[in-house]
Amino acid sequence: MTTWSFFDNLNSVFNLIHNQSTKYLKDLREMDFILTDNQLFSIKEKVLNNVRLDADDALLLYNSNDIIGIGHLADFVRRKRHGKKAYFVYNQHLNYTNVCITHCRFCAFSRNKGQSGAFTLTIDDVRKKLLDRIDEPITEIHMVGGINPELPFEYYLDLLKTIKKIRPNVTIKAFTAVEIAHLAGISSLSLEGTIQILKDAGLEMVPGGGAEVLSSRVRDKLFPRKIGHERWLEIVAKIHSAGLTSNATMLYGHIETRKERVKHFMHLRTLQDKTNGFTAFIPLAFHSQNTLMSDIPSTTAFEDLKNIAIARLMLDNFDHIKAYWVMIGEKLAQAALSFGADDLDGTIIEEKITHMAGATSSKGLTRKKIWRMIQSAGWDPVERDSFYNEI
Amino acid sequence: MTNIELIKEKVFSNQRLDADDAMVLFDQAELLLLADLAGHRRKYFHPEPVVTFVSDRNINYTNVCVSGCKFCAFFRPPGHKDGYVIEPSVLDKKIEETLSLGGTQILLQGGMHPDLDLNYYISLLKHIKNKFKIHIHGFSPTEIAFLADLSSLSIKELLEQLMAAGLDSIPGGGAEILVDEIRQKISPNKCSADKWLEVMKTAHHLGLKTTATMMFGHVEDKTHIIEHWLKLRTLQDETNGFTAFIPWTFQPDNTRIHVKKTTAVEYLRVLAISRLMLDNIPNLQVSWVTQGDKIAQLGLAFGANDFGSTMMEENVVAAAGVKFRLPQSEIVRLIENAGYAARQRDCFYNVIDSKK
Repeated sequence: MTTWSFFDNLNSVFNLIHNQSTKYLKDLREMDFILTDNQLFSIKEKVLNNVRLDADDALLLYNSNDIIGIGHLADFVRRKRHGKKAYFVYNQHLNYTNVCITHCRFCAFSRNKGQSGAFTLTIDDVRKKLLDRIDEPITEIHMVGGINPELPFEYYLDLLKTIKKIRPNVTIKAFTAVEIAHLAGISSLSLEGTIQILKDAGLEMVPGGGAEVLSSRVRDKLFPRKIGHERWLEIVAKIHSAGLTSNATMLYGHIETRKERVKHFMHLRTLQDKTNGFTAFIPLAFHSQNTLMSDIPSTTAFEDLKNIAIARLMLDNFDHIKAYWVMIGEKLAQAALSFGADDLDGTIIEEKITHMAGATSSKGLTRKKIWRMIQSAGWDPVERDSFYNEI
Repeated sequence: MTNIELIKEKVFSNQRLDADDAMVLFDQAELLLLADLAGHRRKYFHPEPVVTFVSDRNINYTNVCVSGCKFCAFFRPPGHKDGYVIEPSVLDKKIEETLSLGGTQILLQGGMHPDLDLNYYISLLKHIKNKFKIHIHGFSPTEIAFLADLSSLSIKELLEQLMAAGLDSIPGGGAEILVDEIRQKISPNKCSADKWLEVMKTAHHLGLKTTATMMFGHVEDKTHIIEHWLKLRTLQDETNGFTAFIPWTFQPDNTRIHVKKTTAVEYLRVLAISRLMLDNIPNLQVSWVTQGDKIAQLGLAFGANDFGSTMMEENVVAAAGVKFRLPQSEIVRLIENAGYAARQRDCFYNVIDSKK
């Protein structure tokens, strides 16, 4: 080692120490905000010192009305991970069928076979939907559907292969854990084998739907025919161990309690500690119109933002928290970027599931519009692919 | 210390902010910092966790208007087949409905109709007051300035006559942006900024309370918004006649100004800085009509303390393509869900319902 390089190294060590301490001071300064709710002081201490929050902390947060204080806490964590970046993806939604036998009480999308409005896309329909937009720079296909027992396993493989054939470069994010459980049932293969064959056909990522609320009580009341939380977690674990990443969701704003929401977070966090396979968490606001629970009023801004912010704080091992504008509206999604969310999901054209339940948001947003939403809120727009690589 | 730090000190020691401070807040303050500061100022005015609302109905006595503002989708020019002047029987029915639903006031506004003279307005007010016990919040300064010209009266003389006939308070509409350069572009036939302020000043001196509005998000820039605030603040220092400030965003659909719609975060920023700059106007309203229920609720964390009106009927913004509806029960739910007590108020911001 020459003298010079020795000094260089020493210098860089000094720099490192200096930067670390400046960073700490900067963190402190950035945490210089008002908590109007004294109950949250201990949580602020934990967040500042990077200490994991527990279930009681989450309940305290849910029970607090200090939405700005909660926002500051979540924003602190969000900025540490992502700075001023706010992500979105140029994607296309495909719903291959709305025929479904699970009859979840919260769903306005599903139909019985033969019922008016019921549809199942043929492989040709899918091809056409893809070709219709072939000139657009789409990087992700998000594809989910109902549990339609008439469709053979081959159909699902054909869906994947067709997409890959027409758009070899897109990422296919398809089939929730619920659909994959069903596919394992009809493929005459093991769960692992089913996932592997889907992967071979082009599946690259699994969306977070079907988790609803990971609670037996809620399941018994709202979606008894769908897989329960143990099975959901088991399947997701298998998906992750097959090398596929997935998202996770939580459908809130119906009959679930705050405790059940917290439990949901704990289930997800525990699994993520084991697999590290989750990419993003997406809180989904329940829309009651045209469902069997249409008397339930829509979620409020305070609830929507709390779910985003508390998710950001509790799910300390998840990279991304999405503000799904389809469900909470474009306006609130934009504001949510300051409450812990770092991703607005996608441009989406033809959103169906939430709009059938009365969503008043647009059915799609142009790239320009998303860009402006992000920029006019003071964030740096970043178009990403499914794996959060910048485009 | 950075400018932001200085501004924080000013706010927390309840000092007045100046135009430069407003510009720094616009350019540099993070969204949540604005909420912190505006929340502090809100608490100064309203230490109790209460949010008020008023139960009323907008009654537009005419849509005929010679102003031809470029941002307006509601008006019809004189002679247009869809032009109307309200029939007394229709008016009565609307007021009866309002009262039966627990309404306490009507917002009576129209256009600048060239054929309606002073007698029309006097009889309109007298008719309502003779028949009903209801507060009349009516005629924006634009209408008053127009009518004063039309009837060759001074503002003061006209207001005295209208007050004698039953006018209880004046809404703050027609302010748009109180900078003539901007008014020339979007509403050249409407009264000047000075005239608008003169009407309000005269009204305040006569004991009429008024509100003040600001419509932003069209051709103005930040400096014009700041000028608007300062003009209102200066007048308020003199008269103390403004009860509330109501900023709302321009809705471009069906109008002749083609700009991009102001986003929610931009609205929340203006709302919060309004709370900070207008340190002498006690109440700040959210505009659920233009922002929807969610951003309106969130606005309560950005300095606002009033949810505005139940608006059993709203026609002007609806004509520009925005149709949010909120029943009173829903307003109460949103307020309570945000952690405040919801209280019905009258036009002077006195709580009138102690049951809730």
